[in-house]
Amino acid sequence: MLGQFSSPFKLARKGIMGMNQRNTCYISRYNPRKLYPLVDNKLKTKIIAQRDEVTIPALIGVVRTQHDIQSIIPLLHKHSGFVIKPAKGSGGKGILVITKQQAGLFFKPSGAQASEEDIKRHCSNILAGLFSLGGSPDVAVIEALIEFDSCFDGFSFEGVPDVRVIVFQGYPVMAMMRLSTAASDGKANLHQGAVGVGIDIGTGKALHAVQFDRPIDVHPDTDRPLRELEVPHWQRLLELASNCYEMSGMGYLGTDMVLDKSNGPMLLELNARPGLAIQIANGEGILPRLKLVEKMIAQGQKLNPLERVEFSKKEFAR
Amino acid sequence: MSSRNTFYLIVSLCMLIGISMTLYRHIQFEVPWQPGEKRQIWSIEAKVEFDASGDSVEAVLALPQTQQGFTRIHESTASLAYGLSFVNDQDNPRAIWTKRSAQGHQEMYYKVDFLVDPKATDIYQPQMPTTPFTEYPEPYFTAANHLVKQAEEVSADAYSFTRELIKALTDEAAKSNQNTGLILNYKPKNQLIVDLLNNAHVPARIVKGLELEDGRRRQSITEYIQVFKDENDWQIFDLASASQGRPANTLLWEYNGNSLLEVVGGRDSQVTFSMLSVEQSAQSAVAPKISEADFLNFSIDSLPLEEQALFKGILLIPIGVLIVVLLRVLVGLKTSGTFMPVLIAVAFMQTSLMTGLIGFLLVVGTGLIIRGYLSHLNLLLVSRISAVIITVIGIISIFSVISFKVGLTEGLKITFFPMIILSWTIERMSVLWEEEGAKEVVLQGGGSLLVAVLAFLAMNNEYVRHLTFNFMGIQFIVLGIILILGNYTGYRLLELRRFQPLADRED
Repeated sequence: MLGQFSSPFKLARKGIMGMNQRNTCYISRYNPRKLYPLVDNKLKTKIIAQRDEVTIPALIGVVRTQHDIQSIIPLLHKHSGFVIKPAKGSGGKGILVITKQQAGLFFKPSGAQASEEDIKRHCSNILAGLFSLGGSPDVAVIEALIEFDSCFDGFSFEGVPDVRVIVFQGYPVMAMMRLSTAASDGKANLHQGAVGVGIDIGTGKALHAVQFDRPIDVHPDTDRPLRELEVPHWQRLLELASNCYEMSGMGYLGTDMVLDKSNGPMLLELNARPGLAIQIANGEGILPRLKLVEKMIAQGQKLNPLERVEFSKKEFAR
Repeated sequence: MSSRNTFYLIVSLCMLIGISMTLYRHIQFEVPWQPGEKRQIWSIEAKVEFDASGDSVEAVLALPQTQQGFTRIHESTASLAYGLSFVNDQDNPRAIWTKRSAQGHQEMYYKVDFLVDPKATDIYQPQMPTTPFTEYPEPYFTAANHLVKQAEEVSADAYSFTRELIKALTDEAAKSNQNTGLILNYKPKNQLIVDLLNNAHVPARIVKGLELEDGRRRQSITEYIQVFKDENDWQIFDLASASQGRPANTLLWEYNGNSLLEVVGGRDSQVTFSMLSVEQSAQSAVAPKISEADFLNFSIDSLPLEEQALFKGILLIPIGVLIVVLLRVLVGLKTSGTFMPVLIAVAFMQTSLMTGLIGFLLVVGTGLIIRGYLSHLNLLLVSRISAVIITVIGIISIFSVISFKVGLTEGLKITFFPMIILSWTIERMSVLWEEEGAKEVVLQGGGSLLVAVLAFLAMNNEYVRHLTFNFMGIQFIVLGIILILGNYTGYRLLELRRFQPLADRED
């Protein structure tokens, strides 16, 4: 029983960051409270991303009032696949993904059906604030489905794999890929059972993989060895992530990106409270990297996004 | 950095205020640390008897005061058809019974409770008497002078002089010494010693005390000699045991030279005492003492009973909150809603644990099933939750009625659950079920219930209840601890397990 626990000194020596430290020493210190709405509200994120010309999935429509729901259905029928999400949702809650339509019926990635009524109810729930932080009234954002790059075939099951890069003071410090599984029901949230694969900042290649915080070697549904994973357009993706610092003003930021077949890396959303599982996926504590960047800042280094990416690629390559 | 210093200052202030308030309450008001602590109380009843002659009657009884070793906490009287008034002169507190006319045997009672209290002190100093010269006819005068001279030679101050006099008048001395034997025949020993002391310009007088012995009835008062060295320094001497100082277990009923009982309009008056030793919980024993003290009394004892009962519950909430903070910050347990477990725990306080748990599971379980149906109706969130609230009320009513019919009155306690909390829990659990499956519902719901049970156990603890209710300072200490915990950046207990594969990885 005790063997399942590790000594706190050992964790500290490995530079592993705990939740309390993340909350007090990084999130509350580097993320100004007044900027949270930009990140917590996906609609606002989209607006600043468009302003800064950061690539994002196309916006199909926004449902702001109960009345809008009626008029959105005809619009949805024009798109075979789309995603409905609450603007203020968190932890992947309330995201409805429709991959195809047939005879007036909508289909989720798992193949489960959804009726027009289901879609309407989902929108109405979003508006009432069921999925939003603190239960405040919300708006539903409908965006185009990403046609994800076929290079990830076999690495993900029924869902869009995304790349999470932790950006600290504009420096990409740690990255991982989140691959959905049957257990995660097509979602890319690690606590729901998605596979996390640590990605080498230097090369974009897989380092190490975990599911439910325990190491694994192959994708549980497709049996594809996770070691073979390599993220294409890696340089472009890091630059995109690095840009999010200037765009959002957040010092400690989780950036979620996807690879679209035709448009390459795209910013999906930002997260002001990125989780700690990325350390397990990388098999390494994040603290030494954060400390190095803090030292750089303390020395008064001011670099542009491209220079920061080069610095990170050099320092954090494994 | 200055903000950090302010933080530590605030925390230290909280702790300091909390600890000193708590200690002050304990030392000054003797509020005990433990709820079960027992204190000894002497219940003494004085019975005044006399034969009234048919005219107007006035009976005056001296009353004892808080004094060294004893705190007076309660008094009452009983007397048939007599007018009664308490006169509380500092040096002569007394009860006066009056009646226009009375005939035959009269009885009246005065009952007083004294708390055995080593920290109690005399609430007033008796006034020093004058030293009137008492004439003694010969040959007693010569004998007395001789005794006094002898005692003076071998003594240094008023007290040693008294001791020597007492020694000279003991029974053995009386047998061997003619002078002593002679003088003892003339006057009773107590009065004799007082006279001799006064003649030698040592202020002294006879005072009345009561030997306390559990279960004694019809005991009479005992006389002691009070000798003054100066205004504020006096001692009690007991001739029977030849001891100096207040005898143990003796309550001085009257120690200011006043009469014990005066009866006008009656004959054969006497006062006798019955007494009983009672072990009482320290809490109720000191309660009257606390309510008397007004200054610096940061206690809710001064509030009306109804508000006190309310506060008893409110003051426990910080303890529940502390448990939640501990479990979330130090252990890392997941709960649905930050302080929902505290609210559930408060509900458990009303229902008792088992009833509360079963009731909670029954209502939430049934609610989830009904909520499952409601979700098919495609309702708006607000009206759906409202519907759930009404459903919950329905479920609670049905369970109450059924359990009452079956004879389980415990089941009625289910009504203590706050509806809104139950409804919101059902709604959240239902969404969680749809989104993340039953497992997550069990995990988060179980986590909440576990925290709620732990918070309940802490809040329901006899010691915790006693401490939070009696020591307001505890609130500051809890606040200090919570602030310190807010500053904790170390690992949570469950993270040690979560990151274990990472830590044990080969480098």
